[in-house]
Amino acid sequence: MAELSRELLFGAIVAYVIAMMCYAAEFVIGVSAPGGALLGARVRDRELVGAGAPIAARSGADDPTPVSPPASGAKPAGIQWPGLSGEAAIGSSAHADRGLRWLPFYGRLAVVVTGIGTLLHASGLVTRGIAAGRVPWGNMYEFLIAVTLVCSIAWMVLAIRRPAIRPLGLVVTLVLVVLLGLDLIVLRTAVEPLVPALNSYWLKIHVTLAITASGLFMTGFCVAALYLIRTGYEKRAGDGRPVGFPYTLGPRLPVATNLERLTFRIHAFTFPIWTLAIMCGAIWAEAAWGRYWGWDPKETWSFIAWVVYAGYLHARATPSVKRNVATLLAVGGFAVMMVNLFVINFAVSGLHSYAGVG
Amino acid sequence: MTDVQQQAAATGAPDPDDADWTVTQDRTPETAPSDDGGIGVRAAISFARRSWRGLTSMRTALILLFLLAIAAIPGSLLPQEKLNADKVAAYLAEHRTIGPFLDRVGAFNVFASPWFSAIYLLLFISLVGCLVPRLRGHIVNLRRVPPDAPARLHRLPVSRSDLRLGGTPAEAGERLRVLLRSRRYRTVVRSQPDGSLTVSAEKGYLKETGNLLFHFALLALLIGVAYGSWFGWHGGRLLVAGNDSGFCNTVSQLDDLSLGARMNAADLEPFCLTLNRFHASYLSDGQPVQYSADVSYTVGTGNGPTTTDNLRVNHPLRLPDANVYLIGHGYAPIVKYTDKYGHSVTQVAAFLPQDGNMTSTGAIMFPDVNINPATGSNVDPKTYVKQQMGFAGFYYPTVSTSDPTDASGSVYPAEDNPMLVLVPYRGDLGIDNGVSQSVYTLDQAQIDSGRLTAIDPSSPLRLRPGQTARLDDGSTVEFLGTRQWVSLSLRYDPGEKLVLGGAIALVIGLLLSLTGRRRRVWFRVVPEASGDGRTVSVASAGGLARAEYASFPVEFDGIVDAARESDGDGSADGGAAREGR
Ligand code: HEM
Repeated sequence: MAELSRELLFGAIVAYVIAMMCYAAEFVIGVSAPGGALLGARVRDRELVGAGAPIAARSGADDPTPVSPPASGAKPAGIQWPGLSGEAAIGSSAHADRGLRWLPFYGRLAVVVTGIGTLLHASGLVTRGIAAGRVPWGNMYEFLIAVTLVCSIAWMVLAIRRPAIRPLGLVVTLVLVVLLGLDLIVLRTAVEPLVPALNSYWLKIHVTLAITASGLFMTGFCVAALYLIRTGYEKRAGDGRPVGFPYTLGPRLPVATNLERLTFRIHAFTFPIWTLAIMCGAIWAEAAWGRYWGWDPKETWSFIAWVVYAGYLHARATPSVKRNVATLLAVGGFAVMMVNLFVINFAVSGLHSYAGVG
Repeated sequence: MTDVQQQAAATGAPDPDDADWTVTQDRTPETAPSDDGGIGVRAAISFARRSWRGLTSMRTALILLFLLAIAAIPGSLLPQEKLNADKVAAYLAEHRTIGPFLDRVGAFNVFASPWFSAIYLLLFISLVGCLVPRLRGHIVNLRRVPPDAPARLHRLPVSRSDLRLGGTPAEAGERLRVLLRSRRYRTVVRSQPDGSLTVSAEKGYLKETGNLLFHFALLALLIGVAYGSWFGWHGGRLLVAGNDSGFCNTVSQLDDLSLGARMNAADLEPFCLTLNRFHASYLSDGQPVQYSADVSYTVGTGNGPTTTDNLRVNHPLRLPDANVYLIGHGYAPIVKYTDKYGHSVTQVAAFLPQDGNMTSTGAIMFPDVNINPATGSNVDPKTYVKQQMGFAGFYYPTVSTSDPTDASGSVYPAEDNPMLVLVPYRGDLGIDNGVSQSVYTLDQAQIDSGRLTAIDPSSPLRLRPGQTARLDDGSTVEFLGTRQWVSLSLRYDPGEKLVLGGAIALVIGLLLSLTGRRRRVWFRVVPEASGDGRTVSVASAGGLARAEYASFPVEFDGIVDAARESDGDGSADGGAAREGR
């Protein structure tokens, strides 16, 4: 069963890699197409839609170059897909349907393959749990599988509910592949029962919340990072400066205000979960070690992450702070989460060092 | 300013709490009062006032919070006195230049250092300073009626005009009031001099309430932590199983004790506790599965009733003003020494586990042996050195069956194939000279000075339970078996409940604050003469939401549609034009 779990997870990585290549293909094609081509594509799309032909099938069949969505033309910044740029419009299924027909083939394929990856990923976690005969988050290996799964599920929910943000999938799958791959290769641990201190229902609550929050912060980080890329791109394009590497991704991304709002929503949703996770951890620590808070390295860095994210929420609510500065804090928060996960588990010993590494 | 606020400003709404619709809490500095005394006093007052403003601004609070976080980093990277005193000593020995400096600035006790406390205290003051005015403002706000409708409703972010409502404006206004009340809007109807009527409604005060709750909860949390550290205490005790080895919660019977700043030793909760039985279960690879300790205890100073309980990891013993936690366990070999005069003494000595398989090390001391019945003393008449006995060595709960003489370590934590390996020492143990000394090792200074010497160190005694060894002087050592011991952590933190309450309030406040949405809706109802001489009402409506409420237009439409339906003939106003933007 444990072997099956690993195989499923490697399958998930393969799926994510394929999805990533699809997102990348969509990106490259979208970016390299000159403005004229975009316009041409739009005209053709119109005709095809008028004729009732499913656009994705057509472009997939006789034209290896999938058509790009039409440019709004209003700003250099931008591709705003019809009906998909406003929040309200994104929510409505009629618009989404219309949008879906406009979506290029590679992008849709990418979402489908990501979905397959998510399913494999989830089955990998479930089989691991069956193999261990307990909740599958007793050590760092399992923890990271679960965190990346939450991120992947969150991404699927977003990508289905708001097709306009699909280009972000490139970064999401990249992060998933890197972290899950690292986990499977470097951190692999044999199935073991929990050490007595972990054997508590507070464990299940605390760690479940921590996993959920970490996975959602991971998704939030991807959106935040792309928002920064998009604003950087808009600024450079607006100033007529050359657009260097990460910013070349900019033109294919949704407009900055939408990305920014999504960043905030994800973090505002996740922050209370993280707060609860820390709280339940403290309750557990009280029962297991006799004190609810002891400035153990893990506790300390969780607190630091909490403060940084609180700082983000504050900065965002303060009109005098620029939105991209505030978003930097969200990115910083995730960096702290990663320090907490990797550096603290490996380099610093504390009461949490049962993590099953070293 | 957000779009919404600009919009509100543009409409020139007579809005007494406009300030509340902007989010920043940083107040603009006031000019110093001019009617004060001397320049110096004035400057001092203005400086104090400005400092206070600065300290209580949200930005300062955040910076302090970040500082707290950054200050916590050395505490997580350097060894800490409280968590691991041995590592601190090792670090100091290794880093001779930077070590003492770090020690002086409190880097090994970060969370009790003056600068950490200073940040904590400033944050506390800052929070109080900014929360009290906010609370006052919010209470004023809660009691204020929603402001009158702005002059031009159509310039609000969402609006409608030409809503035809039946009846006179007064009737229509009353219906609107009922409608908005039923949607839990705070509503007020105003008659205007020109015969028209305005309905103002507002909702979403819970957001600010939640926000204040969150910040006050933070305050409660800080208070709870401080209170707990002042009036709490914690101590430790290693307790060997057996009726004869219980202990009571007094300073002298605890191995270590740390009292809060406002605590006396006399304030310790009186109780006595005995370990009846300890049991650990392991997997075949030695990984522990569960520890469980049966204890009996009496609370109070007198001979109270004895109660039993089962102590497990994650399952402490909770007494009224103390909690007892099981944090470790080990084996205590029982050794009987019979000296050359035939006098025997039995000792139980706790050995400390060194690895996951419970390879344990320790020392067993017999200070009152070899007493010559003739002289009543154990001092050697020739050397003037006491002839006490000490044994140092290892206990292996399971030695490898393939090579029982291989003393490299225990191979399993339970006692499947136990062996005690001891080196006997004779001489002065050095425990009578008043200096407190570890009970887990023999005094190395005594060994180095030759006052305590090993007897045949090249062939230590290897004893299985029940076996006896004979020493050079004819005395015997018998390994009788082992008892289990547990290490207990005893704690009392009276701030805990406040911290827990604060944390729960914090989450509730946070949720209210993050999900609440403040919004306002206005109607203006104007009378119009209808064809048949009756008065009918024509209304226009507008709405304004604070940021982060993208679906407000949907709610607004719902209200307006409901207004028409509650009117009974919604079809009459085919011309109503939605002017949302
Ligand atoms: C002097 C002090 C402070 C002031 C004046 C202040 C003010 C505010 C205000 C006005 C908001 C609401 C923002 C909004 O409308 O969304 C807010 C939110 C928040 N504050 Fe503070 N704050 C202070 C200190 C702190 C501290 C020390 C923390 C510690 C973590 C904190 C954590 C938060 C969090 C997490 C939120 C987000 C909740 C929300 O967005 O409503 N605040 N604060």
